[in-house]
Amino acid sequence: MKLTGAQLVCESLIKEGVDTIFGLPGGAILPLYQTLPEYTKLKHILVRHEQGAAHAADGYARVTGKAGVAWATSGPGATNLITGIATAQMDSVPMVVITGQVSRASIGSDAFQETDTTGISLPVTKHNYLVMDAADIPRIIKEAFHLATTGRPSPVLVDIPKDVFTDEVEYPDGFLYPETINLPGYKPSLSGNTAQIKRAAKLINQSNKPVILAGHGIIFSGAYKELKDLAEKAQIPVITTLLGISSFPEDHVLSVGMPGMHGVAYASLAIEEADLLIALGMRFDDRITGKPSEFAKASRKIHVDIDPSEIGKNVPVDVPIVGDVKNVLDKMIQYVESNTHVEWIQHIEKLKSDHPSLQIRDTDKLLPQYIIHELSEATKGKAIMVTGVGQHQMWAAQHYMYTEPRSWVTSGGSGAMGYEVPGAMGAQVGDPTKVVWSIAGDGGFQMTMSELATLVENNIPVKFAIINNNVLGMVRQWQEFFYNKSYVATTYTHNPDFVKLADAFGMLGIRVTSKNQVKASIEEAMAYDGPALIDFVVEEEENVYPMIPAGQTIENLIEEPANEEIKT
Amino acid sequence: MSTNQNNRHTITALVQDKPGVLNRLSSMFRRRGFNISSLAVGKSEDESLSRMTFVVDGNDKVVEQVTKHLNKLIDVIKVSDISQENIVSRELALIRVKTNSDNRSEVMQIASTFRTNIVDISLDSLIIEVSGNEEKINSLHEVLKGFGVIEIMRTGTIALNRGVQPNKPIVSHNTKYKHENWEEASSV
Repeated sequence: MKLTGAQLVCESLIKEGVDTIFGLPGGAILPLYQTLPEYTKLKHILVRHEQGAAHAADGYARVTGKAGVAWATSGPGATNLITGIATAQMDSVPMVVITGQVSRASIGSDAFQETDTTGISLPVTKHNYLVMDAADIPRIIKEAFHLATTGRPSPVLVDIPKDVFTDEVEYPDGFLYPETINLPGYKPSLSGNTAQIKRAAKLINQSNKPVILAGHGIIFSGAYKELKDLAEKAQIPVITTLLGISSFPEDHVLSVGMPGMHGVAYASLAIEEADLLIALGMRFDDRITGKPSEFAKASRKIHVDIDPSEIGKNVPVDVPIVGDVKNVLDKMIQYVESNTHVEWIQHIEKLKSDHPSLQIRDTDKLLPQYIIHELSEATKGKAIMVTGVGQHQMWAAQHYMYTEPRSWVTSGGSGAMGYEVPGAMGAQVGDPTKVVWSIAGDGGFQMTMSELATLVENNIPVKFAIINNNVLGMVRQWQEFFYNKSYVATTYTHNPDFVKLADAFGMLGIRVTSKNQVKASIEEAMAYDGPALIDFVVEEEENVYPMIPAGQTIENLIEEPANEEIKT
Repeated sequence: MSTNQNNRHTITALVQDKPGVLNRLSSMFRRRGFNISSLAVGKSEDESLSRMTFVVDGNDKVVEQVTKHLNKLIDVIKVSDISQENIVSRELALIRVKTNSDNRSEVMQIASTFRTNIVDISLDSLIIEVSGNEEKINSLHEVLKGFGVIEIMRTGTIALNRGVQPNKPIVSHNTKYKHENWEEASSV
C-alpha cells in the first residue's frame, strides 16, 4: 500500500496515542487537513489564533501528563505558535508541534508564508526537525514524542514542507511504525547515583531543621506518593514552588506553602533558617532565590533534578543528584531514618502565627483574595485552577487550597499573559470530568479572548473568574512600590463590557460588584451547562502581599500593612 | 584557579553529521554573548560523526554551563572542555608575504627556521604554509609583518587529548565508538 506524508503523520500520531490536536489550517498544512477526515480517532479543535493552539496543547499536557499536540501552517501560523512553545519550554511541559512549510523547492526563496521555522523555534524547543523525505516521518514523529516526554519534558517541533505531505511512500506490508529509537546523543540519566543518594540521606538524617522544596518535577515524574512518604517518614516540612503547587496536599500538616517574591513569609523564613534544603525537581528560579548569593546561606543543599545543567546553575549545592525525582526518592526513602523534628515544626508553626501572610482583611469591599477563597470553598479544592499572569495569578496561588495533583495550571517561567483562556481550554479538554476555573486578569483575558468562540463551539465548559481591576495590576503595583507611583500605561480607561461580550460569544455572563454576590454567582456559573464568565469588578489599588522585591532578600520583605493603614 | 575569571577555553564536540548541527551548537555560544575566536569542523573516525573544536574566551563558570547545555543537544554525542587537560593542539595557516628579489631569500630563511613550507612563489610575493600551535603561528605572523603580510588564512585550532593524562589511568583508544558506550554523554 502507498501512504502519503500526511497519512503517515496521522498514522504515527495514532500510534503515539494522540486523541486531540489543537490547530488552525493554512496553505502549507492543507494536505494534512484534507487527510484528517480519514482518521476519526484524531479529534481536531479549531482555534481562533495559533497562540491559542499552543497554550491549549500546553494546558492539556499539564493536566494529563501526556504530550500536547498543536499544529499550524507555515509563516504566521508558525510564528504565532512561538509564545506558546516558549511557555511550555520554560515550564518543562511536553508538547509536539507540527508546522506546515512551503514546498521543498521554494525553501529559501522568500515564498508566500515562508518563515525559517526551525531557525526561529531552535532556542525554545528541546529539538526540532525539518522533514525533507516523507519516508522519515514515522521515525521523526516517534523521536519527537520520545524527546518531548522523557528526560526533562519539553516541546519538540516538526516542520514539514507541503510537498512532503503529498509525497507517497510504499509500504508493501502495511504501515509500519518504528519500534526502536536510535538517538545516540540522548541518554537522560534517570536512576540517580546511589552513592549520592546515600550521602543525601545521611545529610537528612543529621539535620535538625530540614525543609523540602518541591517543584514541577514532582508533578511530571508523578512522585506525589514518594514526596509524601519522605516528608512523613522524617517529618520534613514541604514548601512548594509556584509550579510545585498541587504536588503536595496543602491541607497536610507538613505543608508550608509557596516561598519567594509573593510567597508566604513563613515559607521564605523557613528556608532562611533551615539547616538543610532538599530541592526536588525545581531550579532555584530568581523569584524564589531573590538574591542568589544571600539565599539560604545557613543550609546545606541537596538538589535532585533530571537536567544536569540545572545543578549548580543558580545556587551552589552540596549533594547534586541527576535523575528522575520519583526514582531518586524511591531509593532515598529506604536510607532515611524516621524522625519527628518536633522543635523545628513547632518553630515553623510559630512563624506562621507571627507572619500570617494569607489573612484576608475584613472589609465590605470586593477583594480578589476573597473571591479566590470563595472559589476554594465552593469547589472544595477539587477544581482545576488555570490562571493568567500577574496579581490574580499570585492570589490564586495563595488563597486556593490545592489538594489534588495537576489541579494548578499556570505559566510560571515564561509569565505569558493570555495563557488563561486557551490554557484553560486545553486543561478542560484534558480532563472533562473536572470543573475548570480560569482565574483571569482583565489584561491577559483580552489578549486571547477570541478563544471563547472555540469554547462555545465545542461546548468546553470552562468557568472564568475575571479579576477585573481595569488595570495591569502587577505592573501598577511595581510602579507604586518602585517608581514613585508613576502610573504609566497601566490603566485601561475603556475595557469592554465583559458580560455583553460573553453574551456575544454565546456563553453565560455575570457581573459581580459586591461581596454578597460572590457565592451565588459562583454557584450559578458552575450550575450552567457550558462555558461561563463572571466579571468580578474589584478594587483597583489592591496589592499582592507579602512581597520580596526582585533581587532582594527576606530582610526586605514587605508585609501587608495593618488594616487601618490601608485605604479602606 | 578561581572559576569566575575569563580564560581561553578549547572545547571539542563529537556530533552527528547532519544539516544544522553547527547552528545548534554555535547558537548556544551566541545566547551567552560569547565570541567564537576559532572553529574547526571535520569528519571523525566514524563516518556519521563530525568532530568540532571551538576556541572561546569566557568566564569559566559560564563556559561550564554552556558545555552542559551543549551536551543536552540531541545531535551532540559528547562535548568536553579540554582546556585544563594535556592536549595536542594544531592550526594550519597560509600566509602570503610581500617579497622582492632583495629579501626573498631572507623570508625563505625565516620560513625554514619555523619549519614551514613555501607553497607558491611569484615575482612579488610568496605563500608560506605553516602548521603548529597558535603561538607558533602568531610568532611567525609577527616576524613576517616586517616584510608585509598581504593575506593570512587560518584554519582554527584542532585539538585532541594526549594518550597520557596526569592523574588519570591510561586507557586504550582502540575500542571503536559503539552506541552503548555513549552513556557518559548525559543529556536530557
